[in-house]
Amino acid sequence: MSIEVVGVHKSFGDFAALTDINLTVPAGQLTALLGPSGGGKSTLLRVIAGLEDADSGSVEIEGVDATSLPAQKRNVGFVFQHYAAFKHMTVRKNIAFGLEIRKRPKAEITAKVEELLELVHLTQFAERKPSQLSGGQRQRMALARALAIEPSVLLLDEPFGALDAKVRKELRDWLRRLHDEVHVTTVFVTHDQEEALEVADTIVVINDGRIEQVGTPDDLYDKPASEFVLSFLGPVTRLGGQLIRPHDIEISRYEQAATATGPITRWTRVGFEVRLEVTPDDVLHPEPVQVVVTRAEATALGLHPGDQVWLRPQVGAQTVSS
Amino acid sequence: MSTGTSAGAITGTATSRSTLTAGSRIGLGIALVWFSLLVLIPLAAVVVTATEGGWSTFWDTLSDPDTASAIRLTVVEALLVTVVNVVMGTVIAWVLVRDRFWGKRALEVVIDLPFALPTIVAGLVLLSLYGPDSPVGVNVVNTRQGIFLALLFVTLPFVVRTVQPVLIELDADVEEAAASLGATRLTTLRRIILPSLAPAIAAGASLAFARAISEFGSLVLIAGNQPGRTEVASLKILKYVETGNPAAAATVAVLLLLVAVAAIVVLDLISRRAAERG
Repeated sequence: MSIEVVGVHKSFGDFAALTDINLTVPAGQLTALLGPSGGGKSTLLRVIAGLEDADSGSVEIEGVDATSLPAQKRNVGFVFQHYAAFKHMTVRKNIAFGLEIRKRPKAEITAKVEELLELVHLTQFAERKPSQLSGGQRQRMALARALAIEPSVLLLDEPFGALDAKVRKELRDWLRRLHDEVHVTTVFVTHDQEEALEVADTIVVINDGRIEQVGTPDDLYDKPASEFVLSFLGPVTRLGGQLIRPHDIEISRYEQAATATGPITRWTRVGFEVRLEVTPDDVLHPEPVQVVVTRAEATALGLHPGDQVWLRPQVGAQTVSS
Repeated sequence: MSTGTSAGAITGTATSRSTLTAGSRIGLGIALVWFSLLVLIPLAAVVVTATEGGWSTFWDTLSDPDTASAIRLTVVEALLVTVVNVVMGTVIAWVLVRDRFWGKRALEVVIDLPFALPTIVAGLVLLSLYGPDSPVGVNVVNTRQGIFLALLFVTLPFVVRTVQPVLIELDADVEEAAASLGATRLTTLRRIILPSLAPAIAAGASLAFARAISEFGSLVLIAGNQPGRTEVASLKILKYVETGNPAAAATVAVLLLLVAVAAIVVLDLISRRAAERG
């Protein structure tokens, strides 16, 4: 029980950013706070870090009540979306900052910084200024700086949000591996469901200042508690009054017991998958249905744009009625 | 190399290795001529005038006790004023950027007043408050304190105006990062904020210092111009010109020029050191 948030409320003027948040983050895990922008996930992270004061409720970190502790005393590592690099210091100085403030012996600081430079693969950039680094390198530096103080918990606020898609992906894999090495309790905020599903042990879905669902990536994907969770964790489409993922729809060119039937009205191929839009003939089913099949399936089934097809949920498909 | 149809446009630049385009050549030319006419040639003329009578005139002028005293007074007062400005200007900029209070906009405008005011008016303003007929009973006319006050008045905006934009641009999350790493407000100020502001503070300090050693208008009324006591360099120059000694006037001018250049170089070095040390 590493972080315990109980009954936290936080408002900015009239806007309720967090409403009655109760959350337990287990020690040593990688937890994602997932939700749309403005949903309150960053505010929750900042409340845990002490960068924002909750209006009511309490925050406990490693069994210590941190509610009234200032950020300086919480021993929390925080990584910002835009790096928050100390621009006038070298990479080495940036990483050493927290240790120098703690007045650790010089030799210990040097050794620790060297070790962290190694960990984040920045050894040959140690004497550079942050402005001479790429975005991904700057964020790795920020991570090393946060880890230097051996924090009880590591908090990352949209850590890869400012990076391009390829670097994002690399850093995400790297963060997962790093966490497996360091084992510090880590909470990161993201609005990217793929990032959360891929990296996190536990996902906390937050929307409108409330927690929608807490669970493992599998739980959330297979047993979404609400329409919101289902639709936020991946693409959904509506088939016969139920929400379903487009790849969970069985499609056939031959007449069969079906939820809907109609012609393929759109055909988009993206890499290995084919995204179809089927417009049902049924006037009571006015919206088109999205279906995703692999290219191999499309070929095997002999599908072509304009074909009349029959649709039904696959056996065991996850649906939520709406 | 060029084809016949476009040859006309290219011939002018074809043989040069410079990367300047025709347009930027004209721009550079205009800038250089302008700068030379306004600054370089007059500066050279002053140096020539100063050394016309030989080095002996130069040294004689500088070793004259009254002149030496005027230059010393000017430089010392300017240094003091610069130090006060560095502190107060940074504090005022901080208040203007970080705090919200009633009358902030008005204060923003008032800060610039010493810029906009003719300096003789500044002298007049100070005279009416701190002169012989002072309503508060403080008379600084004919004293070094008076010079100090007048210089403070006219140099007030420099540091404020150079630090303010940099302070606005400073990211809040950098300070939050320092806090989460355990830094107190004071440590954050000393190790993160001030080093980031150092170049701006140095720039403002250079301007303030340069303005202080060259100040004339406000001092005419306040300083009293007593040789060896409250006579500053700029007024000394005027006296030399009026008494028909242009070489001596130019000598003092050249010295002020060297002091100004030295001050700018030194402040630049200090700011670089401060910014790197962190």
